[in-house]
Amino acid sequence: MSVLVDNAIDVPVTPRMTWRETLRRHPTMILGGTVLTLLILMAIFAPLLTSLDPNALRPPRRLRWPSAEYWFGTDMIGRDIYSRILYGARVSLIVGFGVAICSTLAGLFIGLVAGFNRTGDAVIMRIMDGLMAIPPILLAIALMALTRASIENVIVAITIAEVPRVVRLVRGVVLTLREQPFVEAARASGTRAWVILMRHILPNTMAPLIVQATYICASAIITEAILSFLGAGVPPTVPSWGNIISEGRTLFQVAAYIVVIPGLFLSVTVLAINLVGDGLRDALDPRLARRM
Amino acid sequence: MKAPGSTKLLEVDDLRKHFPIRRGLFSRVSSKVYAVDGISFDIAPGETLGLVGESGCGKSTAGKAILKLTDPTSGRVKLRGVDITDLSPGEMRQYRRELQVIFQDPYSSLNPRMSAGAIVGEPLTNFQIAKGQEVEDRVAALFRRVGLRPEQMRRYPHEFSGGQRQRLGIARALAVNPSLIVGDEPVSALDVSVQAQVINLLMDLQDEYGLSYLFIAHDLAVVEHISHRVAVMYLGKIVELTDRASLFLEPLHPYTEALLSAVPQPEPPKTARKRERIILKGDVPSPINPPSGCRFHTRCPYAFDRCKVEDPAFEEVKPSHWVACHLRGN
Repeated sequence: MSVLVDNAIDVPVTPRMTWRETLRRHPTMILGGTVLTLLILMAIFAPLLTSLDPNALRPPRRLRWPSAEYWFGTDMIGRDIYSRILYGARVSLIVGFGVAICSTLAGLFIGLVAGFNRTGDAVIMRIMDGLMAIPPILLAIALMALTRASIENVIVAITIAEVPRVVRLVRGVVLTLREQPFVEAARASGTRAWVILMRHILPNTMAPLIVQATYICASAIITEAILSFLGAGVPPTVPSWGNIISEGRTLFQVAAYIVVIPGLFLSVTVLAINLVGDGLRDALDPRLARRM
Repeated sequence: MKAPGSTKLLEVDDLRKHFPIRRGLFSRVSSKVYAVDGISFDIAPGETLGLVGESGCGKSTAGKAILKLTDPTSGRVKLRGVDITDLSPGEMRQYRRELQVIFQDPYSSLNPRMSAGAIVGEPLTNFQIAKGQEVEDRVAALFRRVGLRPEQMRRYPHEFSGGQRQRLGIARALAVNPSLIVGDEPVSALDVSVQAQVINLLMDLQDEYGLSYLFIAHDLAVVEHISHRVAVMYLGKIVELTDRASLFLEPLHPYTEALLSAVPQPEPPKTARKRERIILKGDVPSPINPPSGCRFHTRCPYAFDRCKVEDPAFEEVKPSHWVACHLRGN
């Protein structure tokens, strides 16, 4: 058959490291975790951290550079960038985690079906290969063009673009596990098919799946920013890092801070998530770590 | 439904397993791997049948087809006279209690994320043989029986040595009180001293529970020790089947002769007949395009014209000594 060959995923049989040891070996994970926690707290308590309305217009005070009054300055219509960044973190994190959760759940289900059912596999993988042939950002833009701008639609669009990766991963793991002697042994000792799936196959897919979820989360945050930058993301009334950058783009030479500050937040968030992901990968799946 | 007069525990009749090789756009079957190509034998209660052959000759596939872990292409498998060949997975389930398996690789045959006790207890709960505390007790008894300590139940497979893991595999197979255990090279991954322990354990268990074994192996010394009868496989077919003594003393098939001559002798005989080392030329031919006629003719030192065209029948040339060779048959 002309099915594309997935990277064979090894079943981790090596003993897992303890959390303490993992943290000792990956001090960057503590850093990433701390930064991420701070960002989450910042998003949750945004109303307490600023007294200014992120959408209030103050045309006379437009394009003020960062100062004690406006920490991150104001944009061309006088909105406070600090409070817009705080509220924008909500959009980024909701989209990031939303996509990570949705695409992992959907991908897990579709991947399990593909890995277990030969006919289903042929059909599902053709669709997934087709989806993967389209660059995820283009696909998300196209999907957003079909619907109206809202956070939910952004999550759905990015999920559809990210799902094939998860499906391939899960399917690969299931195909490898299905041939493992311990699965055959379970069959030989009369374990029912769905129990095999739940007890022997699902737990062994979790480690690579959680790791993949962190990468998807980071990539979804970037995709959301790109969509908002292009005006295809969240509605313009909702502050998001992407549309702050977009609005500041034309004024880059006079007010670079409008672009630079949300850009920094974006980079730091993605970096923090990736650091956590790397640590998780080494903790959950040492063999995968060596190959990457 | 018991067949009248059937004293055989397992009967295998002309079992075949061919793997299609699919190529091209529409997955046409371009050729087939004749992994198992018509094997027949039976096993009596309490008997051990050794199945030997080189790697790639179809021994393990035969074992899996008998266990219905893979569906046989054709042929019949009967357990206590009941045909289990065409049963659906659901119907097959009740017969799995009688038919258990021990795998070769003690590392990959145990789920790394389940505790040793859960692994051994799984068949018990599958067949609702025991519940709750009773499962614990029975698993503890099984642990003791195979030479493990019940305290080790909470450990995970990676905390055991190779030999201990294989004991776990044996305990899991024993849990449901089977009548036949298929051992798919159960000792070849272990080192020699541990092999002996595991084989002695298997033989003790046979005495105790009257188990039958289909013992698949490539090590003739091991097979000689444990088997009552031995079947020799070459390229998907059984070429010789007889009791242990006559196979090792007077092999009739040239392939068996060659195999036996390759077994190292700890004490080379001084006075007795000195065995000549028969070295076979070439490799095992591919099971995708097996040779015509007798499959062994390409490497057989005695091959003659008839061997190239006519496949020798598997015949009983002496009482209970079956062989497929033109030299021995009619």
